[in-house]
Amino acid sequence: MTGTAGWKLAPQARGVRGLILKIEAAFRGRHTPAGFAMNIHEYQAKQLLARFGVPVPPGEAVGTPDEARAVAKRLLADGHAKVVVKAQIHAGGRGKGTFKTGLQGGVRVCASADEVLERAQAMLGQVLVTRQTGPEGRVVGKLLIEAGVRILREYYCAVLLDRAAGCPVIMVSTEGGMDIEEVAAHTPERIVREWVNPALGLQSFQARKLAVALGCQGDLIRAGEKLLLGVYRAWWESDASLVELNPLALVEGPAGKPTLLALDGKVGLDDNGLFRHPDLQALRDLAEEAPLEVEASHHGLNYIKLDGSIACLVNGAGLAMATMDLIQHCGGQPANFLDVGGGASVEQVTAAFQIIMKDPNVRAILVNIFGGIMDCDVIATGIVQAVKDTKLKLPLVVRLEGNNVRAGKQRLKDSGLPILSGDSMADAARTAVRVAA
Amino acid sequence: MAILVQPDTRVLIQGITGGFGARHAQLSLDYGTQVVAGVTPGKGGQSFRHGPHDVPIFDTVTEAVKQTGAQASAIFVPAPFAADAILEGADAGLELVVCITEGIPVTDMLKVRQAMQGRPTRLIGPNCPGIVTPGSGPDSHGGCRIGIAPGYIHRAGRVGVVSRSGTLTYEAVWQLTRAGVGQSTCVGIGGDPVPGMSHLDVLRLFNDDPDTHGIILIGEIGGTAEEEAAAWIKENCRKPVAGFIAGATAPPGRRMGHAGAIISGGKGTAAAKVAALADAGIAVAETPSVMAETLLKLLKR
Repeated sequence: MTGTAGWKLAPQARGVRGLILKIEAAFRGRHTPAGFAMNIHEYQAKQLLARFGVPVPPGEAVGTPDEARAVAKRLLADGHAKVVVKAQIHAGGRGKGTFKTGLQGGVRVCASADEVLERAQAMLGQVLVTRQTGPEGRVVGKLLIEAGVRILREYYCAVLLDRAAGCPVIMVSTEGGMDIEEVAAHTPERIVREWVNPALGLQSFQARKLAVALGCQGDLIRAGEKLLLGVYRAWWESDASLVELNPLALVEGPAGKPTLLALDGKVGLDDNGLFRHPDLQALRDLAEEAPLEVEASHHGLNYIKLDGSIACLVNGAGLAMATMDLIQHCGGQPANFLDVGGGASVEQVTAAFQIIMKDPNVRAILVNIFGGIMDCDVIATGIVQAVKDTKLKLPLVVRLEGNNVRAGKQRLKDSGLPILSGDSMADAARTAVRVAA
Repeated sequence: MAILVQPDTRVLIQGITGGFGARHAQLSLDYGTQVVAGVTPGKGGQSFRHGPHDVPIFDTVTEAVKQTGAQASAIFVPAPFAADAILEGADAGLELVVCITEGIPVTDMLKVRQAMQGRPTRLIGPNCPGIVTPGSGPDSHGGCRIGIAPGYIHRAGRVGVVSRSGTLTYEAVWQLTRAGVGQSTCVGIGGDPVPGMSHLDVLRLFNDDPDTHGIILIGEIGGTAEEEAAAWIKENCRKPVAGFIAGATAPPGRRMGHAGAIISGGKGTAAAKVAALADAGIAVAETPSVMAETLLKLLKR
């Protein structure tokens, strides 16, 4: 899905440095609410960066071809020779993407307002498929209309958490505009990093070191310092998981003077930090997220759809993952990851069954609950109720363990419903695989 | 002996008057844990009553420690205030702070981690089930339970358990107990990307604890903490270790519930972790059903 599965790191970049790149790589393909980040569109990321003093090209996001034309006209009138039309979806690889209509490229440089209008008409409302969207692609609802610039050099810049070091890291590379995984694999020495003391924030000298590493000279060193300090502050103060500029470009500025500009911007936000940023929370685009996963999140369920035929409903993330593994171990394939949390109320189990039933691939359901604090009898009552409420027709295998488990199992038995019981986790998984076959 | 907490450890609860904190304060009291104080700013002077128990509430942790000699705390305060609660516990000189709260922003935990460096206070969590040192009474009554784990599944004994996951830890503990094998201490370190104690930190303590004779290490996809622990075990650990890694079927780039459980760019996979464990001489359980069995086979040798 990420397109990075085959990516191998060069030996020089192993350890802490390698890890950072891998974390970074994980962001490149993800676009769902269950991720550890909420993604926002490029135009929103650029607005955010601009607030922290990071220079971005002049431009505006639009939802109709007429608006696109109007913005293009204005940019051309301001003296810009070219206008770029950029499809706004939460996935990379837009430039090389293809619309389902056959149109090539989700990013296009245009020379006139009429050309922009024509392009906008061809892109808006259409499905764009890139190497990160999967074959289903994504509907383009908005375009970013931006001034075209003359690019002199392309760089890479990102801020993210280094889990192993327990602090943020800012990294830059002279190899901009390409996959950073490729750079890490073939020329790891071209990636330069500064680890940041979270109590102090990025220091000016660190930012200058990075600017110099990019080859900045003279006035550009100060400009680079200011830009990088802004990028770091945008990461920290927005509770971001990732801020990435790829490319960060050296472009021909006014009067032909070279200047630095964030040509592309990607921002992922830490879900856990959103409560203090209502303005950023409002940027969530549900159209970019899988509908069943959005529905699940409304019920406090953590659901991720997979491709198999055995749905599972488990309490606890670790146990849920282990249950998926067990299904595979027994020769089946899990249809989803579903964590109902520590409890497992009637409402939650009912909602979970309803979501599972919407997945047409599901042939059987495996419920695996360790009733630690909660009474298994209460959980069993909930399951029976949910089966009745949802008129569940799929084969259901339930494995209960823990507090008052005997009463719980008896209740399932007494319900008269065709619920299969598993004595152990392995036993239940085997049964589920058998009935799904 | 056990690690980190003993049956006589004096425990305070930060956020004792909230619904979640109150419920688990009651369960810890029922388990026989020495809950000596609660802290809720503005409710100092009141008390938390449960059955025969009458636990004094204080406005600040420092005051609670001074008055009651509390040594360890459990944090149940909401995420926006949890980082502050951890730092308050460290400031008051507690030996151990266990943060149960889920959903703390990464930037908060980065500050906490920085601020706690060089301090004697140890942190377990956040987003964790906590720690249990089982007691010797019926259903392990009389032990020290800090957090949200069910007490009765434990049994006092000599196996140490360390894990990132809650319910998966309960599974391992319950498997041990049903096989008649007790635990010295069970530690749930939590599933966040910026945790307090790591697998490795806990393993070192188990290795030095004369009453821990075997260890179950439960990991999951994401990060490299299990690999680091395995490398250390290979060189230093003198005790039999059984392991299990959850998430073999998890697709890359998707977070599996825990903020830390994500496979990134082909690293942090279950396969890589299992290989690292096996390379360190750890017996890796093939399925979660045989976590205890795998260790018991080693112990019988």
